[in-house]
Amino acid sequence: MLKSIAKATLLAAALTMPLSLAPAKAEVKTDFKVCWSIYVGWMPWGYLQDSGIMKKWADKYGISVEIVQINDYVESINQYTAGEYDGCSMTNMDALSIPAGGGVDTTALIVGDYSNGNDGIILKDKTELADIKGQTVNLVELSVSHYLLARALDTVGLSEQDLTVVNTSDADMIAAYATDDVTAVVTWNPLLSEIEAQSNATKVFDSAGIPGEIIDIMMVNTETLADNPDFGKALTGAWYELMGIMSSDSDEGIAARTAMAEASGTDLAGYDAQLATTKMFFTPEEAVAFTKSAELPETMKFVAEFLFDKGILGEGAPSPEFVGVSFPDGSVYGDKANVKLKFDPSFMVMAADGTL
Amino acid sequence: MRIINRKPSRLTTLVLGLLPFAATVIGYAIASHYRRLDNPADKLLPSLDSMAAAFWRMATVPDRRSGDLLLWLDTYDSLWRLGTGMAVSTALALSFGIAIGFIPHVRAALAPYLATFSLIPPITILPILFITFGLGELAKIALIVIGTAPVMIRSMAQAVLDIPREMVIKAETLGASVWQMITRLVLPQLLPRLITALRLGLVPAWIFLISAEAIASTSGLGYRIFLVRRYLAMDVILPYVVWITLLAFLLDLLLLQLSRRAFRWAHLGGDAL
Repeated sequence: MLKSIAKATLLAAALTMPLSLAPAKAEVKTDFKVCWSIYVGWMPWGYLQDSGIMKKWADKYGISVEIVQINDYVESINQYTAGEYDGCSMTNMDALSIPAGGGVDTTALIVGDYSNGNDGIILKDKTELADIKGQTVNLVELSVSHYLLARALDTVGLSEQDLTVVNTSDADMIAAYATDDVTAVVTWNPLLSEIEAQSNATKVFDSAGIPGEIIDIMMVNTETLADNPDFGKALTGAWYELMGIMSSDSDEGIAARTAMAEASGTDLAGYDAQLATTKMFFTPEEAVAFTKSAELPETMKFVAEFLFDKGILGEGAPSPEFVGVSFPDGSVYGDKANVKLKFDPSFMVMAADGTL
Repeated sequence: MRIINRKPSRLTTLVLGLLPFAATVIGYAIASHYRRLDNPADKLLPSLDSMAAAFWRMATVPDRRSGDLLLWLDTYDSLWRLGTGMAVSTALALSFGIAIGFIPHVRAALAPYLATFSLIPPITILPILFITFGLGELAKIALIVIGTAPVMIRSMAQAVLDIPREMVIKAETLGASVWQMITRLVLPQLLPRLITALRLGLVPAWIFLISAEAIASTSGLGYRIFLVRRYLAMDVILPYVVWITLLAFLLDLLLLQLSRRAFRWAHLGGDAL
């Protein structure tokens, strides 16, 4: 009997061993993988891979970088957190709650843009934000939509107790809006513009009301970056080369934006309209200035308090300050002994100085 | 003695039965231990302790926002949906099963349609269900019914067809009306098969329940899992999976015992899993 127990244990251990080896180990390596999902500000990642710009920059540093598209946004973050990828595009809020909250030391390598109207609240047959009181609101719970709702309610003196939040998958949001019992939704582009186009829909609040709070960032594993600075240089160099191309109205820029538009299921006009509600940092100087701004620590404090309030910061989180966030000037929000999210503009500064 | 004739004692049966479970838990604990050596706050394979703590918290500590005990609220709501859906499916299976199996004209009219309908993957028509039934409870229950009823009806109709023809002829010879044959001959033969169909129907029913709750909901076991998935809270997800499995297992066991008690004659055939 004892023998068979011992045998079974060994077998189980052997079977589960691969699971335990998954975390990305800090070491010098040459092959890197980053992931991204569909969003207006992240479409350049797919184009970098397809156009060969990424390969050009990777070759310059003698490494290889594979950029992988993942259909489900949350799944892409989970994969990064589990150690399958060295970097992933995500918002500041999700970076704090999923990888950083899960103990994966994460650095904001490229601050790409912030939502400036890309996320919004839509009411059916009502025109004022205050009318949302007492309604059922369909949104992806615990996402930036939820955060936007909480911030919007603050502005009219309401709180979440005044309404009922229904967790609704983003994939079903448009179909949901078509049903009679859905009267209020919070969502993001391209779904937002699709729903807003309906005749009974009024956008009563959007992220332009809280500029700079929903930030889209390429997050990378801090240890991997520390051991392989070339990885950071190649990614940053490729990114800003493409930013220069896509912000211009040259043929090359239009071709790039058209390709991104098609990849996100719209056309050039539709994509340009989404870009108009996105504050893209086309130059590294803008991104560096934003990352160093005094508002960023304020924003991260809001975000941490929201996450704590919703119980997302993880088991045993005694306060919003449970996970530390460090900023370019060396200041830290939260626990200095548990800094897991780092805003480090040094690679973007290199891009600005032209030293990549 | 040959191995096929050596029967384990009661104690050995119990120990052998528990062994794979123990091996799974030990295997998990080892994998989790190695991952947490690397990163003590690892979210993917949390420690058994932290899962127990999270489960305890869900079961006994009122939610910060609503003041509900989340585990019990989720369990109650999910079981209510599952129970309502399966009650409707069972009623449909019994009535349509007898009609299709016993009355040739009904069979000719409905059997091919039903066979085709049962092949539609229910998830694919979910957007239609939304628009028809709204996003509330009705759509979720409808998904369970559409997912389970056709197959249950088919298995009931087959069970009616399997009743020996001689018995039907004998009843007719004795002058029984159609109604008498249904109540005295078909129904008693069918009820134990109905419980079997219900037990088998519960397997896809759980899948449809969880899928429906994942899409638009404010409570339920599936809702909770898909909600906390947003921040990779495996310390909540894994105990919930175990809890769902336990509930499904108990339901199945309950139905088996019911069948054994109520229809003793249907269980004379010896061992059954």
